[in-house]
Amino acid sequence: MGATFVGMPPFPEAARTALADTRLRRNLGHATATIRAKRAAVVAELDDWEDLRRQAAAVKDETLTHLDEHLLTLEAALTERGAIVHWARDAADACAVVAEVARAHGIDEVVKVKSMATQEIGLNEALAARGIAAWETDLAELIVQLGDDLPSHILVPAIHRGRSEIREIFRTRMAAAGRPAPDDLTDDPAALAGAARLHLREKFLAARMAVSGANFAVAETGTLVVVESEGNGRMCLTLPEVLVSVVGIEKVVPTYADLDLFLRLLPRSSTGERMNPYTSTWAGVTPGDGPQEVHVVLLDNGRTRALADEYARQVLRCIRCSACLNVCPVYERVGGHAYGSVYPGPIGAILNPLLKGVGSDPVTDSLPYASTLCGACGDVCPVAIDIPGILVHERVKVVDAHRGDRPKAEALAMRAAAWGLGEAGRMALGEKVSGLVGRLPRRRGMPGGRGALSWLPFPGSRWTGARDLPTPPVESFRAWWRRAGRDEEVRR
Amino acid sequence: MTVAVMATCLGDAMFPDAPRATVRLLRRLGVDVAVPDAQTCCGQPMVNTGYLDEAVPLVRTTVGAFEGYEAVVVPSGSCAGSVRHQHRLVAERSGDAALADGVARLAPRTYELSEFLVDVLGVTDVGATFTHRVTYHPTCHSLRMLRVGDRPLRLLREVRGIDLVDLPGAEECCGFGGTFAVKNADTSVAMGSDKARHVRETGAEVLVAGDASCLMHVGGLLSRQRAGVRTMHLAEVLASTAEHPAGER
Ligand code: SF4
Repeated sequence: MGATFVGMPPFPEAARTALADTRLRRNLGHATATIRAKRAAVVAELDDWEDLRRQAAAVKDETLTHLDEHLLTLEAALTERGAIVHWARDAADACAVVAEVARAHGIDEVVKVKSMATQEIGLNEALAARGIAAWETDLAELIVQLGDDLPSHILVPAIHRGRSEIREIFRTRMAAAGRPAPDDLTDDPAALAGAARLHLREKFLAARMAVSGANFAVAETGTLVVVESEGNGRMCLTLPEVLVSVVGIEKVVPTYADLDLFLRLLPRSSTGERMNPYTSTWAGVTPGDGPQEVHVVLLDNGRTRALADEYARQVLRCIRCSACLNVCPVYERVGGHAYGSVYPGPIGAILNPLLKGVGSDPVTDSLPYASTLCGACGDVCPVAIDIPGILVHERVKVVDAHRGDRPKAEALAMRAAAWGLGEAGRMALGEKVSGLVGRLPRRRGMPGGRGALSWLPFPGSRWTGARDLPTPPVESFRAWWRRAGRDEEVRR
Repeated sequence: MTVAVMATCLGDAMFPDAPRATVRLLRRLGVDVAVPDAQTCCGQPMVNTGYLDEAVPLVRTTVGAFEGYEAVVVPSGSCAGSVRHQHRLVAERSGDAALADGVARLAPRTYELSEFLVDVLGVTDVGATFTHRVTYHPTCHSLRMLRVGDRPLRLLREVRGIDLVDLPGAEECCGFGGTFAVKNADTSVAMGSDKARHVRETGAEVLVAGDASCLMHVGGLLSRQRAGVRTMHLAEVLASTAEHPAGER
């Protein structure tokens, strides 16, 4: 255990490594295509999908505009029902709260239900540093954890792994974590799930403390909600004596009735199911039933920074369904690790810079550029986040954050291009010069008769490494228009 | 009415066949065409890379060049999208109220070619002849920024002699993405290679799209692979007639 994203190279380099991994490409392509088709099919069943999206976006926007009030309501409701509420400004704050709860009970092992927030704050590592072992109980999370690996998808963290790899991980790593895998373990999915079930059951029954996240937190009633597919979450939420839930402050929704909307949008968008298999709700402490001590850590960790951006704050509507990952052609090719964060794909490309701030590190600054702006992500997002728009918005912030630096080649090129294109006369002159290049004889031609450039010096080599470039035309459109086009007879 | 053609910087400097075909096609349909001298580039490369300040003079040039025309026709989904959806950002940044007004006036008068033909002129049969096996790639900005829908296909289906075949995975991005093509060259090529593979699967001789930039990317890959497939802008196919077939020089 202890894999972290710290020290990852910026996206383009990380992507190059990932692209060379043929097994990864195959696993990802297959998995995303399958889930994309499932999602499209179940979304098409509803004729009011666009209405639902709009309503959900409106509820979230309203909540974000008055986030302070809703959070105080939530705190009061939770407290009244016997939960202990903590406010955490950052990762260190939140980890300290969880560790302190464990220490107060003399606990050195906790079970976890998959929670992005605890991954975001590096909770497992922070607990390990204090001698507390934290075990993931979601099957995919378990695979990632045992493999000393990093999650590469929001919903399917082990999406990059094949069956035989999983068998290998179970065979070699399970014993050190608890109950070993059976000697005759095959790579049959049922056998793999069976081994995980036996391994996890021992953990559930032994654990005295659980850590969870929450998909939603209802302000009015102080209700926390976790949706999941395997039942491991319900085990974590009901069996241990002590429960600590780490909840991002953007998870709040005002009323219980609002859940209706999100519980319809989320499963269809994420797993392509009409309804998710397990929806667990809890509110504070019920004497004699379930955990008898419940802590809720309300986590900021950059969320108020994102909230301060009037346009981009819509990113906090995100319900982590991962539809944008599954439809993203960039994610499909390179996988999640290249994004250097527990939030990969299109949402990661905007959420990370908004939480951390642009200019904070090269990986974060490279993320808004990890997209072709094809727009597929924005179209599927169930809460209608304008992901392509925010990508551009964040690019502007990255460029502005570096305007004071010594200008890079890119900035110089952009300024030169803007100058050359700024005025028609300058552009025409440029075309005249490039037209001379077009007259040079070429050894090779492209289909259709144009000459082809197959090699250019750096940085043009970034293009010609794999692609030909047509030679410039002998006559630009502008020159044609002046010479003949203006007075050309209509050709019928 | 007099319609201005926006050649786009790439169309003007690198792919003049596309704006030339646009001019000829519109004239054939009885439209009075102008090509304003002052036009250069809409600024999209700068905006999409995050260089808003650098885009300000280009937006100003564009707004100035097309002031006063009833309609502006652009043979590029992404440049039309830039005028309609991104210029506002740039104008706001400049703090120039007159520029913001100009942008607001230009946006609703700007049409991507297939939109203009189908919605404004009300034609789908433009009298074209093109006797080749063709497959069509709907570019992302046409599809998702402008929502041109099936307008280009409706136009292509009416072309005499055309053998139009479906492109598998048509709506998936080709991987060009402007500066993405060089900033993330490896990923861009991986995406483009899949697109090129799908194009080859169709057995088409010509790949058609409404954006020269995407065609430059996929065409560059097809050329490197010696795939024997040529690329052509939608305007070229629609401008093609029996007397003056496209590709004739
Ligand atoms: S951004 Fe939208 S599509 Fe992506 S994970 Fe969040 S809610 Fe889902």
